[in-house]
Amino acid sequence: MTANEPVMAGLPHSEQDRSDPVLRAGNTNCGGCGMSNGHLFMSRAAGNDYQIQMVIPACCGIVTPGQFPYSNYGVPVVASTFGGAAAVACGLSEVANQNDDGYRVVVWAGDGGTYDIGFATMSASAERNDDIMYVCYDNEIYGNTGGQRSSATPKGASTTTTPKGKDVGKKDIMGILGAHGIPYATTISLAHPEDAIRKFKKALGMKGFRFVHILAPCPTGWKSEPGEGIEIVRLGVKAGLFPIFEIEDGFKYTINVEPEMCDESLGDYLSKQGRFRKSGVTVADLRESIDRYWRRLRLLSRDE
Amino acid sequence: MSRQLISANHAAAEAATMAARANKNARGFASGIYPITPQTECIEYLAKQEIEKGAVVRVESEHSAMGVCIGAALSGARTFTASASNGLSYMVENIATAGFYRLPILMYAVNRTLGPPWNIWVDHGDTFQLRDAGWMHVYCEDNQEVMDSILFAYRVMEDARIMLPMMVCADAFVLSHTMMMTDMPTQEQVDAYLPDLNLPHAVASEPVTVGGLDFPRETEVHRRQHQEAFDRVPEVYAEAQAEFEKVFGRKIPDRVVPYQMDDAEIAIVCIGTFASTVKPVVDKLRKQGIKAGLVRLRMLRPFPEQEMVEILSGVERIGVMDRDISLGMGGVLWSETRGCAPHAIMQNYMIGLGGGDVRAGHIETIFTELLEQKESGKPRIVEVG
Ligand SMILES: Cc1ncc(C[n+]2csc(CCOP(=O)(O)OP(=O)(O)O)c2C)c(N)n1
Ligand code: SF4
Repeated sequence: MTANEPVMAGLPHSEQDRSDPVLRAGNTNCGGCGMSNGHLFMSRAAGNDYQIQMVIPACCGIVTPGQFPYSNYGVPVVASTFGGAAAVACGLSEVANQNDDGYRVVVWAGDGGTYDIGFATMSASAERNDDIMYVCYDNEIYGNTGGQRSSATPKGASTTTTPKGKDVGKKDIMGILGAHGIPYATTISLAHPEDAIRKFKKALGMKGFRFVHILAPCPTGWKSEPGEGIEIVRLGVKAGLFPIFEIEDGFKYTINVEPEMCDESLGDYLSKQGRFRKSGVTVADLRESIDRYWRRLRLLSRDE
Repeated sequence: MSRQLISANHAAAEAATMAARANKNARGFASGIYPITPQTECIEYLAKQEIEKGAVVRVESEHSAMGVCIGAALSGARTFTASASNGLSYMVENIATAGFYRLPILMYAVNRTLGPPWNIWVDHGDTFQLRDAGWMHVYCEDNQEVMDSILFAYRVMEDARIMLPMMVCADAFVLSHTMMMTDMPTQEQVDAYLPDLNLPHAVASEPVTVGGLDFPRETEVHRRQHQEAFDRVPEVYAEAQAEFEKVFGRKIPDRVVPYQMDDAEIAIVCIGTFASTVKPVVDKLRKQGIKAGLVRLRMLRPFPEQEMVEILSGVERIGVMDRDISLGMGGVLWSETRGCAPHAIMQNYMIGLGGGDVRAGHIETIFTELLEQKESGKPRIVEVG
């Protein structure tokens, strides 16, 4: 790969990146896939400083490497069962640590593998404080199987199994992980690369269980323009819908991006995605719960 | 070497611990553990051991217990777990993964009835449901065999020609909780018997993807290679038997264990501890002039077809005792064995299902009925009450 050759929309390959990028060019991810951007950020954050081993459960991310024996990933990857990623990662990291290998073991899982089927496995791994960086690229849908609802699907979004729009909201995964008291949990905005790369660096460098939550646009499932994914995330952050904050040791909350809490952004966020059309969910429908979440975040992030 | 009064559960954990310690100069050991009756004492025992370069991870489910073993094995470590019954059902998805990834993971499986309704007693249906998961299966008759088979299993599984997982199975309570005098190996013997594990496909820093996408043509090749590894088991098994005897001074039983079969005209085929109940009955019948015999199938996979065919070749009447039922078909052992003796009158008895107490009297009745039988009948369930 020559310097500055664009790997994926937006982030050119540079000297700072891992020389073999985490996600290699020529992969088959959909154009505009937020997961791809997540990989690029992690690649830049890792540079050549960290040796990564990735565990990926069933999800779009394990289609990415392509057909055996080739791999579109520039790091070693172990495919796990859908609900089994954190346990497999635990095994890898225990052995890496007892042999002083220095590998950083990363789980790279979708929201299905995190909020749903892998939930107990992940929770147990967090409780044990396994030495794992667990990244959830949350596209709020089961992308791999063609777009069914998950417990990360937001209220009002149509999926193939909630054709009229989902009638309940998504789980507060950050609240749940925070409650485990793990060393580090953070959300990441793909529209805020500096903050994102700083957090990836921080999480890669830490020991114990770290959780990284990415809102990952999925043009295929969101019925949105592939080129607008980053903008959609920006609108979500601006509107307060996707708060950007980190939690250390389960109690130290820091808000990293101040939202404008503006209704116009929220309206644009909804209107740019076909998945909200059927239910007709409106800004007014969402505003109260967003405000409520922020009131709690403000309390939790107060200086004592 | 010392002798100890020990249960199969503790013998299994002791063997695993020694095997773990024997790999400390390589990548060490890791285990994911989760309790279920009747193997719980095994993982409790393991949790009490201090193992240098060894991790015993107390996970939240059997699925994760096998998950930890998969990750650790892929990182090159020696691995062990134990389960039974519903634990095995819960673990199935990762058991198959361990098989397909060709990982030399050892599972001590205590055979227990599947539920609900809950029943903790012996039945082989739990590990038989895993017959096709790509693992080797061994079924034991006593605690010495459990202990020895675990050490032996590591030697076979980790051979570069094999690289397959193995489950070493023991009957619930009959072995798991029963104390028996057992020859205890020394650590020096185990160190001498088990070479360092060197997994050829261990994950390190090379950017390979283990288990991405297979299209049909890759799956065809993977299954063929997997089968070829199974085909090499008899050879490696025999070598490991010889080496075992050299180091420990004891024998590892063959894949099929015949008893009084040289001139037998009527025989029982069974697995596990049934054999211990059948032997005295065979002796008694022999005294009455009846040429009775017994065939204990020790290894279910790879299935020792050739040995079975040879041993059963001159036998006219065969009773297959299954402590399992493939509902809508019959006993699993029976359907596996049928093809090995097409000449014989063969009758399937599904007996002792759910742990029913099968005694000598039941076996005598089976022999008596079988002696009078004119042709092979349909599989029959025998209720022992
Ligand atoms: C045990 C099991 N159940 C179901 C599936 C089918 N399956 C594969 S991926 C997937 C959904 C993945 O969704 P998510 O984790 O959100 O990741 P995404 O595909 O959206 O990237 C499902 C249901 C499976 N592979 N294993
Ligand atoms: S379906 Fe969605 S998550 Fe999956 S590759 Fe396509 S854009 Fe990415």
